[in-house]
Amino acid sequence: MYALFAFSAAGLMFTLLLGLLRVLRGPGTGDRMLATQLIGTAGVGILLLLSLLLDQPALLDVALVLALLAAVAAAAFTGQQREDHRD
Amino acid sequence: MINLLSAILVLAGVFFYLAGSIGLLRLPDLYSRLHALTKADNLGLGLLIAGLALHMQDVFIVLKLLLIWLAVLAASATSAHLIARQARRREAGS
Amino acid sequence: MNTASLLVFDALLMLTLVGLAWAALAGSDERLSVILFIAFGLVLAVAWARLLAPDVALAEAAIGAGLSGALLLSAVGSRPRGASRTRASSMQNHTEEGNTRVLQWTITLLCAALAGILAWALLHALDIGPTDMLPQAISANLATSGVSNPVTAVLLNFRAYDTLLELAVLLAAVLGIFALGPATPGYQPAGPVFDGLVRWLVPVLILTAGYLLWVGAHAPGGAFQAGAMLAAAGVVLRLSGRSSIGLPNGLTLRIVMAAGVGMFLLVGLTLLVLGRPFLGYPPAWAGTLILMIETAAMLSIAATLLLAFHGGRPKSHALAARTESANAATSNTCNEEQTP
Repeated sequence: MYALFAFSAAGLMFTLLLGLLRVLRGPGTGDRMLATQLIGTAGVGILLLLSLLLDQPALLDVALVLALLAAVAAAAFTGQQREDHRD
Repeated sequence: MINLLSAILVLAGVFFYLAGSIGLLRLPDLYSRLHALTKADNLGLGLLIAGLALHMQDVFIVLKLLLIWLAVLAASATSAHLIARQARRREAGS
Repeated sequence: MNTASLLVFDALLMLTLVGLAWAALAGSDERLSVILFIAFGLVLAVAWARLLAPDVALAEAAIGAGLSGALLLSAVGSRPRGASRTRASSMQNHTEEGNTRVLQWTITLLCAALAGILAWALLHALDIGPTDMLPQAISANLATSGVSNPVTAVLLNFRAYDTLLELAVLLAAVLGIFALGPATPGYQPAGPVFDGLVRWLVPVLILTAGYLLWVGAHAPGGAFQAGAMLAAAGVVLRLSGRSSIGLPNGLTLRIVMAAGVGMFLLVGLTLLVLGRPFLGYPPAWAGTLILMIETAAMLSIAATLLLAFHGGRPKSHALAARTESANAATSNTCNEEQTP
């Protein structure tokens, strides 16, 4: 059981690496942001597995924080700033 | 018995993650990649969480896992929408 | 605990970390570097988790991956495209070949020497094993510290003076941010999808902040992580184009900014007056005092991080409401012209 979880964590890490390839290659910034989403979701999965493997229930909280903040990066990038009306 | 069920769910989750990331690398353009990513990853995470929840003792921890899954679902759906809309805006502008 | 089966995972993790760091620094495209930096923060949080440091992993996930990501992306996303490339090529035209070559080699050699010293120190430390008595000292005194999480005990009790000075540094940073002038104008109002996400995300973020603050006494968590979550709630509100983002106005804002340092000083000086050492909590009261200080610190940290995202002094609410209606009027006329 332990070995299965460890192997799954390695598999998710490999998924993360594949997402990195897309970040480096992706012709547009949309592709890069998209791959960052994958990295975030894979990270959440890895943290959940690690919390069982290393017997650290606090890692569930880390996964929760990552999951909640996942949309912030995409929103910050695609948000359109207002016109500058200061004068 | 629980171990077998949990093992199947976790392995299925990892399989869907891998399928999503291979789709990310192989599909031709941004929109199809968005499709592959959001569907496969959320399903993968859901199956993973289902497999791990069988090992948890406390029902509140299972609820926390459910909250994590819902948050990732909503966040990735919203991010996919924002990224696709930004790409359309760029196409229309240039 | 069978760590041999995690060997593949560890190897992939190390490969990813080194590769990400290299790629983030090696490119000349700013946007790519920023995105790689955010990815690096995510993987670093996983690395901290693997090293059995959940408090640091929490802080890294909240601040490094979430807030820094938003800050950097909003800074780099507003620049016109192609600006970075033209600047790099003009720099290459102006510098002399010989001087930069010598400079680059000097820096490379210095960094390599530093890496060599660090590697030697690490191998030497692994050889002789742990010789400091710090873990034993902490666990011996944990019972009288008022909390049961050793990290919180060190930060808020045994080394409380350091945390006080850290909060003072944050206060100085906020004063520097205020000196930048008025804040950036903010964002366009969000579409229905993002707005729908914001409506439930912000309450959940606030609840999580309260949870992390409370649980920090006996599990990984604490004021810094909770403050970062509160700041993330404010960042999300600002990204959705709202005018009021939860920051108070005028005097209340200044009180909130100074609350962390202020509460520390209040507790410390009161204890001095009562005859105890500065910040030497009586064991019966330690838990309550730590919670009070952490609550004030959480508010200060949240205000500091949120003001950093603002980029300057925020407008008062009344002024913000007036400008928002003016912006809405102008953007309505622009939308009418641009409808396809």
